[in-house]
Amino acid sequence: MSTVATRTLTFREAINEALAQEMERDETVILLGEDVAGGAGVEGFEQAGAWGGVLGVTKGLVERFGRNRVFDTPISESGFIGASVGAAASGLRPVAELMFIDFFGVCFDQIYNQGGKLRYMFGGRAKVPMVLRTMVGAGFRAAAQHSGSHYSVFTHFPGLKVVVPSTPADAKGLLAAAIRDDDPVLFCENKLLYDTPGEVPEGEYVVPLGIADVKREGDAATIVAIGRMVHVALEAAGTLAAEGVEVEVIDPRTLSPLDTDTILTSIRKTGRFVVVDEDHPRCSMATDLLALAASEAFDHLDGPPQMVTAPHTPVPFSPALEDLYLPSPERVATAVRRTLE
Amino acid sequence: MELSRSTALDMYERMVLIRTFEDRAAKLFAQGELPGFVHLYAGEEAVAVGVCTHLDDRDAITSTHRGHGHCIAKGVDVKSMMAELYGRATGACRGKGGSMHIADVDKGMLGANGIVGGGPPLAAGAALAAKLLGTGGVAVCFFGDGAAEQGTTHEAMNLAAIWELPIVFVCENNGFAESTPVEYHASVADIAERANAYGMPGVTIDGLDVVAVHEAVDEAVRRARDGEGPSLIEAQTWRYYGHFEGDPLTYRTKEQDAEVRKRDPITQFASKLEAIGIAERADLDAIDARCEQAIEEAVAFAKESPYPEAEALLEDVYVSYEG
Repeated sequence: MSTVATRTLTFREAINEALAQEMERDETVILLGEDVAGGAGVEGFEQAGAWGGVLGVTKGLVERFGRNRVFDTPISESGFIGASVGAAASGLRPVAELMFIDFFGVCFDQIYNQGGKLRYMFGGRAKVPMVLRTMVGAGFRAAAQHSGSHYSVFTHFPGLKVVVPSTPADAKGLLAAAIRDDDPVLFCENKLLYDTPGEVPEGEYVVPLGIADVKREGDAATIVAIGRMVHVALEAAGTLAAEGVEVEVIDPRTLSPLDTDTILTSIRKTGRFVVVDEDHPRCSMATDLLALAASEAFDHLDGPPQMVTAPHTPVPFSPALEDLYLPSPERVATAVRRTLE
Repeated sequence: MELSRSTALDMYERMVLIRTFEDRAAKLFAQGELPGFVHLYAGEEAVAVGVCTHLDDRDAITSTHRGHGHCIAKGVDVKSMMAELYGRATGACRGKGGSMHIADVDKGMLGANGIVGGGPPLAAGAALAAKLLGTGGVAVCFFGDGAAEQGTTHEAMNLAAIWELPIVFVCENNGFAESTPVEYHASVADIAERANAYGMPGVTIDGLDVVAVHEAVDEAVRRARDGEGPSLIEAQTWRYYGHFEGDPLTYRTKEQDAEVRKRDPITQFASKLEAIGIAERADLDAIDARCEQAIEEAVAFAKESPYPEAEALLEDVYVSYEG
């Protein structure tokens, strides 16, 4: 690989840069969402944003691209996400924002039943090139309706693609790929990662969807961790290394399509398997990955595969409870040790 | 406005083609020829035709579960439609959509929709695309009186109003949401009153009179094309068949039905054409025969067509999917 110039950006800045670069290279890319600019209709904000997104991720984009590219929407998710589906089928590449993934309940029909099924229902005679950005993740003291990680619900549905980046560089490259993709893509941003810094390539940078990344190599056990849980898994890996146990940490990066080859190759090598996910445990990515291991790598397993997930509860508010809710490096390390018994 | 002879005759032909298609579909369904279920548009022809006569291929429409009429009015080929109803590979959707998802994006027909109220946000999006891409196109959102109560319809109207989108909302009020009368399910006497809530013009018209529909839509489409924003038109109409084929229609009377049929949209338009001397009965008979022939050929085409190959099951879920 040729050397690429990089510099340190936060996860938030990396996403913002990907949006700006894609809007620059393709004028059919538009942004829609609640307060993605902010202050629409207020005097003095004709070409400026009051907020730039509720957590500042889209800051500066309305100043650069104007209000005919960056649309503040009413609080009307079915309306503007459905409009994004219709616009995508009619020649635009909308990037819509579902502020928190927990809000999918008010607009899911337009996402899975319209956006996700249009192409199939029309016998391949339509496409829906849109991205739905959304915030996921607990730990923000935001309680049960603003803290979920419900991406497994979207992964369940054919017609949708699902991306969950864990680093600033991946966030930039995967978002560029998602915007250029001709299918509807859910792009999940863990809000606890927004201030996380990392080296990010300058200029155009595209990470293809459907390719996992081995974040740490090892041969004692395989951990597949999703989103922010990659960092939790890496911390656990550090602890285990001090005990002489070298684990491999795989970040699938996209949940649909899923890079099963990389995951299965690792499991066949290590014979031990742990999934770490902060989504609920039932009918989840964790159970899906365990089913994959059981059906495709059963003969290679030398110990019982483990799931480290959130419990089957909504996200609690009290910090004392929310900290218990989230998988911790300690729980991950314990699960790995169990596979080794 | 004055209708030219060719436009008037074309409108008549489209209405008859819809009626012939639907009457045939009803027969085929009763004979067990068509899989699944069908919702027929007969009786409502004046609405689709009165509206779509103003549109061309750059304009988009979204439709409903009762979508065959919208397809024909928008220029979708009846052979591909009939083949779709038969689930054949030559169908408009290669046999993968069926009656409730029949579509032809190249013709600007963005699909029938199995979800009541599924279409309005999509139509708003098509209008947004037309506006931003500067195509000069407009969108028309057909929805029923049932869908008038869905949140999506209200969200789409609000969005269209605040963004001044080039769109016309056409409510086909056929009196019943499935078996539930509009007097029960709607909070207002006329659905068009709701236009006030969204700051757009709203009008209730006789949806059995294709000339009235054509006139009302003329102004709404002009507004949309000139960048003056959305309109709502409520066309009062009547479906001749049940909600779906097999509906025993216990919730309305034969007298009600007979009363409406006295003003049948096709016969009343035919009488008008004859009265003003645009056409003679023989001209209309020739059109009727042509439509009969077209549907006959469509059925033959569908029956001769192959079913989709097994590979089609897994195709076209995505444009590409590699993992």
